[in-house]
Amino acid sequence: MQYVVIIGAKSLIAQSTALYYAQAGFGIIACARDTQAIALWATDMAIRNSVDVVLESFDVEALESHATWWQNLSGRYDIAGVITVAGFMPSQAQAQEDWSLVQRAIVVNYMGLVSLLNHVANSFEARKEGFIVGVSSVAGNRGRKTNYLYGSAKAGFSAYLSGLRNRLSASGVHVLTVLPGFVYTPMTQGLALPKALTAHPDEVGAAIYRAQQKGCNILYVRSVWRIIMLIIAHIPETIFKRMSL
Amino acid sequence: MHIESWGRYPIVDAKVESVSTLEVLQEVMQEMPRPMIAYGNGRSYGDSALGAHIIDMRKMNKFLAFDAQEGTITCQSGVLLSEILDVAVPQGWFLRVTPGTKHITVGGAIASDVHGKNHHVEGCFSQSVVSMRIMHPDGRIDSTHAGEELFHATCGGMGLTGVIVDATLSLKKIASSTIEQTTIKSPNLRETFDAFEATAHMPYSVAWIDCLAKGEAMGRSLLMVGDFAKEGSLDYTPKASWQFPLTLPSWVLNGWSVRLFNMLYYAKAPRGTSHQSTSIDSFFYPLDSIGAWNRIYGRNGFTQYQFILPKATSYEGLSAILNAIAKSGKGSFLAVLKLYGKANENYLSFPIEGYSLALDFKIEPTLWALLDTLDALVAHYGGRIYLAKDVRVSQAHFEAGYEHIDTFRAYRHREKLENTFASLQSQRVGI
Ligand SMILES: Cc1cc2nc3c(=O)[nH]c(=O)nc-3n(C[C@H](O)[C@H](O)[C@H](O)COP(=O)(O)OP(=O)(O)OC[C@H]3O[C@@H](n4cnc5c(N)ncnc54)[C@H](O)[C@@H]3O)c2cc1C
Repeated sequence: MQYVVIIGAKSLIAQSTALYYAQAGFGIIACARDTQAIALWATDMAIRNSVDVVLESFDVEALESHATWWQNLSGRYDIAGVITVAGFMPSQAQAQEDWSLVQRAIVVNYMGLVSLLNHVANSFEARKEGFIVGVSSVAGNRGRKTNYLYGSAKAGFSAYLSGLRNRLSASGVHVLTVLPGFVYTPMTQGLALPKALTAHPDEVGAAIYRAQQKGCNILYVRSVWRIIMLIIAHIPETIFKRMSL
Repeated sequence: MHIESWGRYPIVDAKVESVSTLEVLQEVMQEMPRPMIAYGNGRSYGDSALGAHIIDMRKMNKFLAFDAQEGTITCQSGVLLSEILDVAVPQGWFLRVTPGTKHITVGGAIASDVHGKNHHVEGCFSQSVVSMRIMHPDGRIDSTHAGEELFHATCGGMGLTGVIVDATLSLKKIASSTIEQTTIKSPNLRETFDAFEATAHMPYSVAWIDCLAKGEAMGRSLLMVGDFAKEGSLDYTPKASWQFPLTLPSWVLNGWSVRLFNMLYYAKAPRGTSHQSTSIDSFFYPLDSIGAWNRIYGRNGFTQYQFILPKATSYEGLSAILNAIAKSGKGSFLAVLKLYGKANENYLSFPIEGYSLALDFKIEPTLWALLDTLDALVAHYGGRIYLAKDVRVSQAHFEAGYEHIDTFRAYRHREKLENTFASLQSQRVGI
């Protein structure tokens, strides 16, 4: 059985994505800091789809553990690809006052993932196959005063994925950047989200699976976001700096 | 929030809390105003799952374990039987007991201790339950199995003993997902009975009976018996169901249209005995292929009247009851007759050894008097009414049929459950 590794498997987006791979017959290696919290979900998915679902405890923030962790894992399983869904979004206002939140956002959204994916990239490049899916954010496309501490970490991650795609295309390893836009999740609960711009986690999972299978490079889950971000990217900085977005 | 069951009558305004995990259930159970009642997939016909405070169990639907070697499956109580089939059939397993719809939850199957076409062989659903766990009103959880009081009170206990949280079921090995079916056409009730007795060795049997036929033809029926094929493929891709698109005006179904349907249905079957190969879905769940078919009965809803008579009085009793129905002209599309095996030890399970008849009626003001007449006949012949289908039986007629009702009441009293769990139905029939 070929396996897909999911980093941040506690999130609804991760679980919905995993389901599409399980339905297609892939085994799932579900990685989270607290695997206890996803044990029921994992067993249920394994039984419903007759696939293997393995729980691996993994801490994005424990950078020094990543090398051996990956070596170990890739030695034990035939891994088709790695999908990272891990993310941490502090409130902008709190983060401005509390450095520990900023640091955590940088580590979870950027440093930790780069640390892990460097190892993954090296193995996949060497064997000349595999895929990497990184769930980044439209918040990384342009920094806004309401969310730039989170956004700048995501910007770094998006740039990293783009570079990785460039490097690995020569060896047939596919890298997909996912920009979900707004999604109904516990992270966005309580925010008043515009309906037309907000996707359901299930929709995101389906879109990720399809885009990865087709070999897309950048996925906007709802295509209006591509247009919105295009417009936002083209607003001259002299105007943008005075706007409230 | 407005909520109803399969009969679409009554519609009640209730506080409904949907739960998806044990922890949430624990909280809800302690905070919910009393009395409360669990709600599965709302496939009971009447008011068994209705009340002012409802715990919706459908989202507590995780599979917990599946042993494809031994054929046991453990799941939370909100899992639907259809979901079990999706997992089990391709691996050569089937439910030991299944009712005529697969759209019910495991919790609902246990609480009504449902039965199927093989009752004379396998008994009720509870007889396939290896063990189960029940949450008490204070959030405590107990595990129980056959032989224990909690088990025999809960199976058939209509949600009145606690909330079933999960269960381990023993499955039945099958070699194929094809059913070999034989249809036997009988011209009257006597021959229908004879056909049941003659086919008692077949694992599955049920008869459709023309409840509007009078005189000589009274009790004419099509008896369908069958078993899984001995070999073949285990393919199981349920076909998409066709949704009944609208609620029909309630005058569409009247004595004449039902009589016509019954005549054609009977006439279309070949004379004597015929054989067919068929699928799990068309053999066990013919009605599930039309989604929302309960809407054909119109806005006022409908009910099903199901009773069972001991074998000794079955012939005489059924003749009297079929006569009363034919005379009233209030018929039913699909009246279902079946021979049952021995009763089990649960306090309130419906089946006893004998014949059961189930009939659908649309709700109309003149219906209640007919059903009261039938109640009196059922009581006279020593029979009982099935709570899973009921929406109107009186306390006196209910009690008359259930000899262990006092054991059940005593259990509820001792465990202080009387004011904790109640449905509109339990309040009406005084349990
Ligand atoms: C088309 C059709 C065909 C049918 N055929 C048959 C048949 O052949 N044989 C048969 O026996 N029945 C049959 N039934 C009846 C049906 O199987 C039962 O009414 C069954 O209990 C419905 O289950 P549900 O999950 O929909 O539960 P609901 O209707 O929601 O609830 C039914 C009862 O179960 C209790 N309950 C539900 N979940 C729990 C729980 N987790 N813990 C404790 N109590 C709970 C409720 O309080 C209520 O008393 C049929 C129904 C339909 C609509």
